[in-house]
Amino acid sequence: MTVVLYLVIAAAVLAFVVASLERAVRYARAPLHLRWELYPVPHEKPARVAYGGSYFETSEWWKVPRHFSLIGELRFMVPEILFLKALRENNRPLWFRSFPFHFGLYLLTGSCGLILLTAGLSVLQGRPISGVVGTLLRETYTLGGVSGLVLALVGAAALLHRRLTAPDLRSYTTPGDILNLLFFLVAFGLLGVGYLLRPEGSAGVLTIVTGILRWDPTPQVAPVFAAGLVVTSVLTAYIPLTHMSHFVAKYFTYHSVRWDDAPLRDNRRIAAAFAEYLTYRPTWSAPHMKAGGATTWAEVAATNPKVGGEKRS
Amino acid sequence: MKDKTRLSDLSRPSGEQLLHLDPEDLQPLPMSRDDGSSGRAWAPLSQQVRDRYECDLDDTCALSLPRPKTPEQERELVGQFLAGLEKLFTRENNWTFLQPLLLTVEHCARCQTCSDACHVYESSGRAEIYRPTYRSEVFRRLYYKHVKGGGLLSAWQHGAIDLTWSMVARLAELAYRCNLCRRCAQTCPIGADNGLVTHEIRKLFSQEMGIAPKELHESGSMLQLKSGSSTGMNARAVRDNVQFIDEEMSEKTGLAVETPWDVEGADILLIHNAGEVLAWPENPGAFAVLLNAAGVSWTLSSELAAYDAVNYGVWYDDAQLARVALMHAQVAKKLKVGKIVMGECGHAHKALFVIADRILTGDLNIPRESCLTLLRDIVVGGRVKLDPSRNDFPVTLHDPCNMVRLMGIVEPQREILRRICPQFREMHPHGVDNYCCGGGSGFAIMSGHNFQDWRAQVSGRKKIEQILNAFAECLDPSRPKYVCAPCSNCKGQIRDALNYHDLWEKHRILYGGLVELIVNAMEDVTPGFIEWEWR
Ligand code: SF4
Ligand code: SF4
Repeated sequence: MTVVLYLVIAAAVLAFVVASLERAVRYARAPLHLRWELYPVPHEKPARVAYGGSYFETSEWWKVPRHFSLIGELRFMVPEILFLKALRENNRPLWFRSFPFHFGLYLLTGSCGLILLTAGLSVLQGRPISGVVGTLLRETYTLGGVSGLVLALVGAAALLHRRLTAPDLRSYTTPGDILNLLFFLVAFGLLGVGYLLRPEGSAGVLTIVTGILRWDPTPQVAPVFAAGLVVTSVLTAYIPLTHMSHFVAKYFTYHSVRWDDAPLRDNRRIAAAFAEYLTYRPTWSAPHMKAGGATTWAEVAATNPKVGGEKRS
Repeated sequence: MKDKTRLSDLSRPSGEQLLHLDPEDLQPLPMSRDDGSSGRAWAPLSQQVRDRYECDLDDTCALSLPRPKTPEQERELVGQFLAGLEKLFTRENNWTFLQPLLLTVEHCARCQTCSDACHVYESSGRAEIYRPTYRSEVFRRLYYKHVKGGGLLSAWQHGAIDLTWSMVARLAELAYRCNLCRRCAQTCPIGADNGLVTHEIRKLFSQEMGIAPKELHESGSMLQLKSGSSTGMNARAVRDNVQFIDEEMSEKTGLAVETPWDVEGADILLIHNAGEVLAWPENPGAFAVLLNAAGVSWTLSSELAAYDAVNYGVWYDDAQLARVALMHAQVAKKLKVGKIVMGECGHAHKALFVIADRILTGDLNIPRESCLTLLRDIVVGGRVKLDPSRNDFPVTLHDPCNMVRLMGIVEPQREILRRICPQFREMHPHGVDNYCCGGGSGFAIMSGHNFQDWRAQVSGRKKIEQILNAFAECLDPSRPKYVCAPCSNCKGQIRDALNYHDLWEKHRILYGGLVELIVNAMEDVTPGFIEWEWR
């Protein structure tokens, strides 16, 4: 049975990584779009970021090197990711529910990372990590894991309650949305109960992760805890298949859309991409488009439908 | 208002109006507390119009879409809609916006954080169909069902939807109840953009089905491509009009004013919204006065489309956008000017500087600069002598969404106003958090049937509230007040809304551009450039 559990966990992690990457690659490979930025853009000069200004405020802006501050973007992104700043500012009632849920997930993810690190080190050195480092790691991931689980559970329950009771959310809620939150509640609930009630001598998380790394099926996993791990694994694999994958999308919506203010001037990468797009042949059917699959976008753009549909020179 | 409208209601049979707005549903205006009035009575659509056109959404009609006569016609139209929907998600047809569209459609969490940011939704008293996510959610469900080919499981996960002609017709109208101001997008924690969804729905209807408001397409971008300007003016007419403006300006200012035309090698090709020439001649006139006084090397062009900055395609059609932008760039290239400077027109700024930037390849990527930075340099650089006491009346500033939230041009106009208008005060909120005037995305020029009622009462309501609040302590009609709107379309909308709510009559609130305030303060100009008369 332990081997089956190992397989499920490993497959779920793999599925999560592959599906998330697939999604990221799909968006990254989508064509560069026409510019559609939205201010403030945080990589601008700090004085401008404060009020949302852009390089268009500079006379003859094309003669001045473009300001791009990674620090500025991070200053925006870190509080946004960690504390859901936009939600806090614009929808406080939801933030009180969503923040514990998301922060709980971060704590759980971080704890999993630390457990993996601890297990990896112990496999490498052939014995458990002991001493101050071992204690520190153990205490940190235990505290992070338990508090993360509690926060995520409370947050998921509060989100579900709001989804079902707030009228403006209720009528936009699909059965799938309810299932998603229930999925979290069941998975984390089982995980928590299983962890707390597991009998003396049965495997904990570190033992299981070390067992996976060594592919050692000897540890005994208590049934409820195992069920919690299986359901959580399935949930992990399921997340990137849904809109809950917004952790992937958010990178693109901010970096590639809202903040993409790169002008064409001297940008060879954009110029090459657009040269290719302009050779695409649209099939839009409205008469004024003068498209139909035979003409390229460059030709469509150079066509004046009011002058006999002729191409302008 | 307790609005129980659901997403599925969009498919209700033809002939059933989805929303009726009563005046008491609308968000109260500050002035209505004083005297109970909140504009004129809303003219209802006649039965004849209702019988003839698809207007089952609400109390107005933007598209005048004829009702199909037979079920076959309906089926054919639904088929066209589906074909267009699929094209929106293909690289060949929609590389222009595919990535942001996919990101928005696939990731909205339906948290409704964006709803409260929308002035249309708020002003209507929170009518459900105007909620930013309403049309997006319908569109999202159509995407999962018809583009991704989702079955029962997909309906369960993403929500069910029934595609009928009545729904398609209502969706077409609903795409013209959003100003594309993208204030909602600014608040979205995920970065999803309901304004973009509206934009893409409009494109689907225009590019596949040839459906767009007459004012934007036939008498808008198509007329511009034919005669050179959406006003219908050809080159001869515009030159005659500008010559007349020059004469008027010379008389009014006491300075000899002459607008240069087609000057090869000029530093600046200035492109105005040609509507200014007809509706507010003092604006291009003031530019001529100021640029000549500051010794700027500039020219207007009389080439096709180059004397009209408008580019309505930016609101509904990528091909029309590209065609007009290319024309503007080609003329600048031919004239060998140093740069294009865009006059006081927000959407024209965004169209030529931002949206069309990457299709202006090679030597067509002529440098482009806002008139706001040019004006700021003239004022701050002391290139003309200014006397701020000539502008000693209350002034507030409207931030055109296209220049401000969508281009980040926030401070230059303020630097000017702080120097030349002693009683300048901000609206709240302002800058990139501003509210749309209510005329954005083409509404300012749309007045078919009773659409003007809708935009004065609903989409323009928030701006009227902001204006009244900005002048709260000086509403007395003995003190004339000025709303500075450095954008032609915003000016048109603000004119219509002020007029609709009688705010000139009641409170002496006038509107106008930015350059007029500068010329009004020029020491060399005969005092009184701004005339306190309704126009
Ligand atoms: S667009 Fe953004 S803010 Fe609006 S409902 Fe969707 S996720 Fe929430
Ligand atoms: S773009 Fe503007 S008008 Fe349209 S839904 Fe968003 S906030 Fe409302």
